[in-house]
Amino acid sequence: MATADLLEIEGLSTYFDTEEGTVRAVDGVSLRVRPGETVCIVGESGCGKSITAMSIMGLVGTNGTAGRIAGGRIRYEDRDLLRLNKHELRTIRGHEIAMIFQEPMSSLNPVLPIGEQIMEPLIEHLKLSKKAARARAIELIAQVGIARPEQIAKAYPHELSGGMLQRIMIAIAISCGPKLLIADEPTTALDVTIQAQILDMLRQFKAESDMSILLITHDLGVVAEMADYVVVMYAGKVVEEGEVVELFERPKHPYTQGLLKSKPIMGQRQDELYSIPGQVPNPLELKPSCYFYERCEHAMDVCRRAEPTLKGVGEQGSVACWLYEEEAIVHG
Amino acid sequence: MSTITGGVAESEVAPAKRPLARSSLWRLAARKLLKNKLALAGLFVVVFMFALCFIGPLFSPYTDNKIHMALMNKAPNLKHWLGTDALGRDVLTRVMQAGRISLTVGLASMVLSVFLGSLLGAIAGYYRGIADQVIMRIADLLMTIPSLPLLFILGALLSEWKVPTDYRMYIVMLMLSFVSWPGLARMVRGEVLSLREREFMQAATVLGLRDRRKLFKHLLPNLVPLLIVIASLNVGGAILSESVLSFFGLGVMPPTPTWGNMIDSANNLIDFQQRPWLWIPPGFSIFATVIAINIFGDGLRDVLDPKPKK
Repeated sequence: MATADLLEIEGLSTYFDTEEGTVRAVDGVSLRVRPGETVCIVGESGCGKSITAMSIMGLVGTNGTAGRIAGGRIRYEDRDLLRLNKHELRTIRGHEIAMIFQEPMSSLNPVLPIGEQIMEPLIEHLKLSKKAARARAIELIAQVGIARPEQIAKAYPHELSGGMLQRIMIAIAISCGPKLLIADEPTTALDVTIQAQILDMLRQFKAESDMSILLITHDLGVVAEMADYVVVMYAGKVVEEGEVVELFERPKHPYTQGLLKSKPIMGQRQDELYSIPGQVPNPLELKPSCYFYERCEHAMDVCRRAEPTLKGVGEQGSVACWLYEEEAIVHG
Repeated sequence: MSTITGGVAESEVAPAKRPLARSSLWRLAARKLLKNKLALAGLFVVVFMFALCFIGPLFSPYTDNKIHMALMNKAPNLKHWLGTDALGRDVLTRVMQAGRISLTVGLASMVLSVFLGSLLGAIAGYYRGIADQVIMRIADLLMTIPSLPLLFILGALLSEWKVPTDYRMYIVMLMLSFVSWPGLARMVRGEVLSLREREFMQAATVLGLRDRRKLFKHLLPNLVPLLIVIASLNVGGAILSESVLSFFGLGVMPPTPTWGNMIDSANNLIDFQQRPWLWIPPGFSIFATVIAINIFGDGLRDVLDPKPKK
């Protein structure tokens, strides 16, 4: 099975060196995406989801940007993305791996017409002529469900709404038939009705093209709707992962349980919505411990002293929590 | 692949009233400009000066620049609206011909310095590192030397090397853009530094576009408003510098007239006291053109700047 993975991340660590110390934004994260599978990374803000995505795309530590990849491997098919040179990386980006950002409003160039922005990857990767690329761009606009594609192609980003712009972003992302689509909170900036349409569209394109999706979100509703496999991140680490149904029905890690509990239930009015007490720990002050223990209802002595490792529990999935370790280790 | 059409109506287009036009950004700017009366007045004067200088001489019977001893230093009259100079040449015609040179020099040196400045500034800001260091240190060096003395030295060198008069105009253009690109490069670099961190540039990276394409297709168009404003102000500065150079006899040489060397040739007490028609017309032309260009440039800045003003 392992060789069939489309994307395999192993022990990825992305650090940011600040004046106060090193921030371990992503700390030894491993995950895999199989062909045609949708993997969701869930977690609170600041738990390293987006940095993971940016690391995959090679947006960390290049061109003098902050952050560096301190370790790990990102294997895409048979290539290690971290070892590729600029040229090789460029031929993969936008062609085989595409990415959608959170803010459609700021992800499109404000001074270029929409059509030209869709044409660019077509010309760059598929070597289409300008004329063919324009025709294809108009087709793509129609494909993402926007009326009057010819006119929209000539419009500038500020003339469209957020929902339309996110459709355009999707059109750009799928234009070259990528094998992997990384969607970093694609619906967070949109209102709920548009969210559903965007998710539907992603699902449909996935079904039609056997594309894999790595979806990053903090919205468990989105996870339930989209994911085959879920990876829960907390403070830069994977704390639990598993098949979506299993994870929703039998969450193991107290953090996952908390996340699921804090989700409002449709048609049911609760006096007070559950929230996980406390806050994400300051990434500068992390000591070898379970990073969640201060907020955990089941915290034990061992949680304060040592860090649990990700271990397989049950048939599917793994969890990093002392609750599921052998008694001997916990007390010994 | 099929089309998804679930409930996406045209109402999703933000202002659906007007048809989407390709030039809508520019149209908006034009509309704003029409409301700015001062800038319009500036534009009018600039256009008028251009028309006067480039079309005017076609209607003048005195374009041959012949010396007429009989017509020396005549005060303005019906045949010579602005009088004649010490060699009996028509002052109005010479002012118009001088304007051609001055405006051309101003425009050409602006184009050159905008080209140099934005190219180098964009490269410095985009690639940073060594390219940035080298380019910006050269720019700093040029900026620490006051430009006027530098131009004087270069002008003196031109005279020393006996550069043919015909070429001097072109060399003056080069000189002027040589001293004005650093400021421009610095502004462009600053803007690029902030633009390159914007999300759409990240998106362009993720699309796997080449650096050249990202730089020239995605970054530079965002700089156009800034460049237009700098460029318009630059023209005024270049005209002024050229006039100063010519006034000191270091720019374009007579008999080719420029506004600067026309004033220079009236640079004595008698002309100054008794023949104001020799120096007021070129002086006023410089004054009016430069003021008008600056006012227009300021107006353009207001029009093209999307941030609201207090």
